[in-house]
Amino acid sequence: MSQTMTTQHRGFRSLKARFTLRWSFWAQTAFITLLALALFGPIANLLIWTIAETWYFPHTLPNQWGLKYWQQVFNPYSDVSGSLMTSIIIALCAVVVCLLVSIPAGYALSKHTMPWRVGFMLLFLIPQAFPNLTVYINIARIFYDWGLNGTLLGVVLVHSVHGLMYSVWISVAAFSSIDPMLSRASRNLGAGPIYTFIHVVLPQAAPGLIAASIFVFLESLDEFTGTFFVGAPEVTTLPLLLYTASMEGNYQISSITALILLIPSIGFMLIINKFMRPEMLSKLGK
Amino acid sequence: MRASTSNLLLIGPAALMVVALFLYPLFFSLVSAFTQDDLSFTLDHFVKVFELYSNDIKFTIIIVLSSVVLLAILSIGIAATLTLSPFPKLVAVLALLYRLPLFIPFIVAAQMMRTFLAKNGLMNNTLVAMGVMTPFETISLLGWSGIIITFVWKQLAFSTLLISGAMAALNRDQIQAAQNLGASRLRILVDVILPQVMPTIGVALVLSTVTIMSVLSVPLMIGTGSPTMITADIAFRVNSYGDYPVANALGMVSYLICAGLAWFYLRQSLKDKGALS
Repeated sequence: MSQTMTTQHRGFRSLKARFTLRWSFWAQTAFITLLALALFGPIANLLIWTIAETWYFPHTLPNQWGLKYWQQVFNPYSDVSGSLMTSIIIALCAVVVCLLVSIPAGYALSKHTMPWRVGFMLLFLIPQAFPNLTVYINIARIFYDWGLNGTLLGVVLVHSVHGLMYSVWISVAAFSSIDPMLSRASRNLGAGPIYTFIHVVLPQAAPGLIAASIFVFLESLDEFTGTFFVGAPEVTTLPLLLYTASMEGNYQISSITALILLIPSIGFMLIINKFMRPEMLSKLGK
Repeated sequence: MRASTSNLLLIGPAALMVVALFLYPLFFSLVSAFTQDDLSFTLDHFVKVFELYSNDIKFTIIIVLSSVVLLAILSIGIAATLTLSPFPKLVAVLALLYRLPLFIPFIVAAQMMRTFLAKNGLMNNTLVAMGVMTPFETISLLGWSGIIITFVWKQLAFSTLLISGAMAALNRDQIQAAQNLGASRLRILVDVILPQVMPTIGVALVLSTVTIMSVLSVPLMIGTGSPTMITADIAFRVNSYGDYPVANALGMVSYLICAGLAWFYLRQSLKDKGALS
């Protein structure tokens, strides 16, 4: 008698467990669907605006579709082509500046015996740990005295400081992970320190340095606030052009510019996605 | 040459860049906020800030706090689903999905939201097409709610990445043990996982606050006039009046908002360790 009671009870429990499992499956599916709608909705709206010629209230979709604005944008004399070039030149220069100062710094900081190592690591973190808007307006004021306001060099410097945290921290991680035996072997075989560094150490750290360059490039390409104060109106990068077009209500041009900015971001994300597992991120800086 | 000297030479250029192009302007802003033209100490700029912008300061604090709370709820929810969900396929989809905005620039996010949340945006149009509302009931979400939505939309990927990373680094045995003892998933989350990842949640939220207080494009493009965020006020003060002292005093207020959150987090984490009673 009591035996059957228990079996029945168990049967009821497993039924309940299955019901809970199914319920949580549908709840999670619904959550993910809502999230997908919230994430893709704004992107879809952007894409529609890039191919809308006219679209006004109360039409659900554009009244007239077309590629008219794309032709305008890719006209060689348009503002967009010019700012795209400016943006790329600035980003490449920022990468060069960051690598030039981060490779030696990263190499030195990768030795754990270095005095004040933690202090220096924190120093490079500071530009990301403070709200940097206030700093930018003062940089603009200082640059004005130095004659750097509105010049490419000024904008490159601002972008480099912003990217320095990524390049230094990633370089430190890259140089820390190389095999010290190889460079010792090279020195034993009679190679000089500089030869060893260029031919043995640097190639091993190359993947990390490439990742660092990608981060600096993207940060520079997307930077708005610093350029707004230091560069404008003489230097117009893509984000500044996007902002101006959007404030003028020219949503087609600003959406196409936004799409141009999105392509490298998404592309690099797919590349970096391979290296950037969340569990790896928790080890950064150790 | 001694090893430490050569190390200093190697770090020198990078350190000098941060000092000259970040710490020096930071110091400059401190001096400018607290002194008059002849460098004598004054609090006049702060008096002016509170006269003109006390509404905007309140508005900014409300936006920061609501964004941080929403971010915490959503990113803990997503990270917990990733860690505890018994359905591997859903987890794979979610893991790809939540990272989407990670590398989307703020200015692009702002432009997307400027069109998406508008009165004639895709969101309202979809609701109208579904018959939820008529075209004349639609409202524009541009303004404070739009600013919060944009910040949460963009920053969610970053905070979830950090928090789910911390959850993935936890010892699985404890979760397994709790499961074997019959604990529900919600109970495991609250009693086993959350206490251990609290430090990471704190870091993610403090860094998000710093980001929110640094981004100028979102309040400029999504905000509507008054009240607005103090970041927009700073830009206005500089661009329209060239009034650096008041802009810098406003900047100090933005530091204080971040410092306040960081302080709250540090106090909380010290309390948990029993250092404070």
